[in-house]
Amino acid sequence: MTFEYAPAPESRAIVDIKSKYGHFIDGKFLPGKKHFPTINPATEEVLSQISLGGASDVDKAVAAAQKAYTKTWSKLSGKERGKYLYRIARILQERAREFAVLETLDNGKPIRETRDIDIPLVAAHFFYHAGWADKLDYAGLGKSPAPHGVAGQIIPWNFPLLMLAWKVAPALATGNTVVLKPAETTSLTALLFAEVCQQAELPDGVVNIVTGDGSTGAAIVNHPGIHKIAFTGSTDVGKKIARAIAGTNKKATLELGGKGANIVFDDAPIDETVEGIVNGIFFNQGHVCCAGSRLILQESIADELIEKLKIRMSKIRIGDPLDKNTDLGAINSREQLSKIQELATAGDAEGAERWSPACTLSAKGFWFAPTIFTGVTQAHRIAREEIFGPVLSVLTFRTPQEAIEKANNTPFGLSAGVWSEKGSRILWATQQLRAGVIWANTFNKFDPASPFGGYKESGWGREGGKHGLAAYLKEGK
Amino acid sequence: MEVKIQDTQDAIDAGAAEIDMVIDRGAFLSGQYGLVFDEIVKIREVCGDRAHLKVIFETGELVTYDNVSKASYLAMLAGADFIKTSTGKVAPAATPPVVLVMLEAVKDFHTMTQRRIGVKPAGGIRNTKDAIKQLVLVNETAGSEWLTPEYFRIGASALLNDLLMQRMKMDDGYYASPNYVTID
Repeated sequence: MTFEYAPAPESRAIVDIKSKYGHFIDGKFLPGKKHFPTINPATEEVLSQISLGGASDVDKAVAAAQKAYTKTWSKLSGKERGKYLYRIARILQERAREFAVLETLDNGKPIRETRDIDIPLVAAHFFYHAGWADKLDYAGLGKSPAPHGVAGQIIPWNFPLLMLAWKVAPALATGNTVVLKPAETTSLTALLFAEVCQQAELPDGVVNIVTGDGSTGAAIVNHPGIHKIAFTGSTDVGKKIARAIAGTNKKATLELGGKGANIVFDDAPIDETVEGIVNGIFFNQGHVCCAGSRLILQESIADELIEKLKIRMSKIRIGDPLDKNTDLGAINSREQLSKIQELATAGDAEGAERWSPACTLSAKGFWFAPTIFTGVTQAHRIAREEIFGPVLSVLTFRTPQEAIEKANNTPFGLSAGVWSEKGSRILWATQQLRAGVIWANTFNKFDPASPFGGYKESGWGREGGKHGLAAYLKEGK
Repeated sequence: MEVKIQDTQDAIDAGAAEIDMVIDRGAFLSGQYGLVFDEIVKIREVCGDRAHLKVIFETGELVTYDNVSKASYLAMLAGADFIKTSTGKVAPAATPPVVLVMLEAVKDFHTMTQRRIGVKPAGGIRNTKDAIKQLVLVNETAGSEWLTPEYFRIGASALLNDLLMQRMKMDDGYYASPNYVTID
């Protein structure tokens, strides 16, 4: 007997998408000159027209942010700044369903994730940093640490509003003002956030949002009025930014790519581990910089575990992201889909064995079935390059040392996971692993109090927690 | 032990087709798994193929899920045909998480050995809704092969009356007094 799932779509009536959007500068929406469409990746339906920001728009936004910094924001006490952040957090909670539906429409990720993970974490980040605003003297950065001024922030499309929160909340709490550029394919929730700033009566110019593509981002990075850059995105763009700001006084935090190793020892609880592996790589269609995209399995349990993993993967439901039963939504863009396809084809060509459960994918929109590759070696491209999709590469090991060597043998170092019932083995492994975030017997757990960031080519600096504040403050006396 | 063996022999001689035994919890909780295992094996020998052997754990006294899982494997390896949560005398008894652990154990045991062991939750399943939850658990965890009386049974005397009352409600459109169903 199988129980069928009836469709359970979340209503999109709650969101009101305008036909065209401008930039949010100095507390007002200003019309843009050129526009480009933003689409729903699940259906390819055009949702709205987004303004393509140029150098003059960035100029205006930076000027507004500078004015707000000197005239109002830097004059406010931490306590007063905190009040605005609390107010924003509460409004975000009140309008959570609206944000969740809009994020799902624009990004393609399932409503279950936007509703239960993205938006609650967004509010949590604002609440957490609101609490810091009047306690910065106790952040371990000396007495009265000072803000930098104007922060230029460029965010990715995988967690659009959450990455905005990771950037904007600490910047405002520490007294900086902001010029933010959302990703080209996912601007809508950032623009709705601009409305929240108006609703919260945040002083004009404290948050400015300029939409656009890579050229808009470059204009922000190169603008002389910007004092600090915060970027989340690919390692390639991160390197370009590092080059661009070399020799200037600009500070930067970069959250870049990853190729997370998920190491499973033979004493791990198998069923829980299978759930963790699925969460590690198929959460958010694998569009996660800290995804557990390399499964490193002890050889003695490899066959049994892969068998169970395949059974579990057959139960993943793929389809309408607005359906409350959907586990795996749409790939964010055609460009990303072809990148995933290219790497998967490279996996076939280099001799790894591909497996996906039987599933029907919609002809419209961008879709990729959950996939595992077995028989992968360290030399394969699918073991070395970030796929950023629902594709898992499985490698095996015989001794704990071998597991660590394989895990660390990558230019990245963002995340890792260790599965074992033995505490001492977990502690030993986590000390050997060169990764910024390590989970034990779980994966993809996030909390605003916990710093996040990478080793090696996965980035500079940390975001979140006490450590994340350091990126937005100059040390005091 | 002699008494247990004799009891079993007497029951089978008197025509019993099913034998229920309870594991020695004192031995189990003090780590004497060999003792528990040997007892089951001996009763199994007496049963032979004349009677089905059902092994009861009294899960309420085993306390942890690890113990329930361990007891399940012990009983299956020793030759049980059915594993059962409780006698009904100890609470908590057949809670859904405990049944889930046992269902996962029989499922994995079947994958490894091709032997299909039955599961019987008993105690604590008082109404129809609880019973439906158990059936869903079986279907989703072990699989539909277990959804037959041969491999899954519910031991609950109170359940039958609730089921009768639900049937009466479906016919009449209202809930009748419990006095309309007999208590034995």
